[in-house]
Amino acid sequence: MSAAIKKSIRVLENNRLEEGVYDLLLEAEDMAADAKPGQFISLYCRHEGRLLPRPISICEIDSKAGSIRLVYRVVGKGTQELSELKPQDVADCIGPLGNGFTLEEGKALIVGGGIGIPPLLELAKQLKCDKDIVLGYRDATFLNKDFERYGKVYISTEDGSTGIKGNVLDAIKANDLTADIIYACGPVPMLKGIKEYAMTKQIKAQLSLEERMACGIGACLACVCKSTEVDHHSNVHNKRVCKEGPVFYADEIIL
Amino acid sequence: MKDINTEVTIAGITFKNPVTTASGTFGSGMEYSDYVDLSRLGAVTTKGVSLTPWEGNPTPRVAETYGGMLNAIGLQNPGIDVFIQRDLTFLRSYDTRIIVNVVGKTEEEYCEVVERLSDYDVDMLEINISCPNVKEGGIAFGQDPARVEAITSKVRRYSKKPIIIKLSPNVTDIAETARAAEAGGADAISLINTLTGMKIDIERRTFLLANKTGGLSGPAIKPIAVRMVYQAANAVKLPIIGMGGIMDGEDALEFIMAGASMVAVGTANFINPKATEEVIDGIEAYMMRKNIKDIKDLIGCVR
Repeated sequence: MSAAIKKSIRVLENNRLEEGVYDLLLEAEDMAADAKPGQFISLYCRHEGRLLPRPISICEIDSKAGSIRLVYRVVGKGTQELSELKPQDVADCIGPLGNGFTLEEGKALIVGGGIGIPPLLELAKQLKCDKDIVLGYRDATFLNKDFERYGKVYISTEDGSTGIKGNVLDAIKANDLTADIIYACGPVPMLKGIKEYAMTKQIKAQLSLEERMACGIGACLACVCKSTEVDHHSNVHNKRVCKEGPVFYADEIIL
Repeated sequence: MKDINTEVTIAGITFKNPVTTASGTFGSGMEYSDYVDLSRLGAVTTKGVSLTPWEGNPTPRVAETYGGMLNAIGLQNPGIDVFIQRDLTFLRSYDTRIIVNVVGKTEEEYCEVVERLSDYDVDMLEINISCPNVKEGGIAFGQDPARVEAITSKVRRYSKKPIIIKLSPNVTDIAETARAAEAGGADAISLINTLTGMKIDIERRTFLLANKTGGLSGPAIKPIAVRMVYQAANAVKLPIIGMGGIMDGEDALEFIMAGASMVAVGTANFINPKATEEVIDGIEAYMMRKNIKDIKDLIGCVR
């Protein structure tokens, strides 16, 4: 039996980090022992009308304290409900799910956009190599202070309120950042740009994708992305984001 | 030892209990084998299998709705060769019956898949003429009684295994479609497939699903499904596999009392990976509580 069984876990903290962005700390000893950066947890709503679990990426893992940190954006009624969880409340979940990032040797460039930023924090923590970190926001920043402990942080904002005005690629180019391996998570247009940049510069890249899911465990085939080659499981050009992903090498997928 | 008998027999095949999975919600069982003892299930009903691999629809393929969900996967599947080599071999290692769901774009394709599967160790074939999410095949065959009868009798000729015709609820009179399947020579019918629905993203002012429409499933559709099983049970003599929003044993019992010899658990698998086993537990607990020795005493007991 897998460790990823549906279970009830206790909420330790749930605080607003920024407008619409929440920081949830869960008491989850088993999950903290197993989890890898880039994996996700599916959290269930209490409201009976909201059936499907909400897949949320793991922001930080503390195996000593036995806790897992999730940072998520409120985008609908389900995540609104999650944002109302209080310490000592109990939440049902399954996880950790998905493959997570593969930690590689060589200089790393970590690139996050918006709510794609949280899963990169644990990665930045676990990567012991030399690394640059680029974080892109629309306007208000969050988690950037947490990243400063693990590497040099460059920021871009669309409104120019912090760092470079523009997107993450503008920040990468302005600072002439290069690396042996890129790790990225963010909206699809950003990932497309990163993929193109990585291909041009011949840098390996791991991209973490997001897609609407139902089961989260690879059975329903809802959350597929297009793959370059015929996938071994699907036998067509589809890979499951929840199972083979959410992290893919840039050359494995078509965005 | 529990002093109850949950065995049911459909078209000469005996199942250890009346609980199977709804096609498309359980893959071929592999992903759920981490959560569920597949050997406890009466049967595993697989995701639809076609002659060649199918890519399915663009994403987003699912959307949650109140008490339910819409899906428009589009019958993505690896094709019959990989299914036989990998999935069937896997399933055979468990002590459960295997019902293979069959899809096709043309009548000939259905027949070819049925003919090939007939040579393998599968127990029954479920003919999916009710998928609302593909342009060719699927529901196109399932909404017109004359076509239901025609494809049933055609497929029947190519099959050495008992045939279940899976009916669409997107019809005016389910009794008429059920009678058409019976006239065509079906060994059983299963219902309901999903109800065609739509969700609109008002922020983006567009459809939430890339396919625009999708099939509605989950607890929201259960009363419709129970009613249709009841109507079908009154219209035909065929055994019925009932499904539509079953979340627990009590839901399953509604279908059984309405006339279903077996039930299938679908969307519940996505919400609770152990749902199938819990449905079996729930049925057994009810039988013990009510001192019912044989599940057959409950089938169609509401008239």
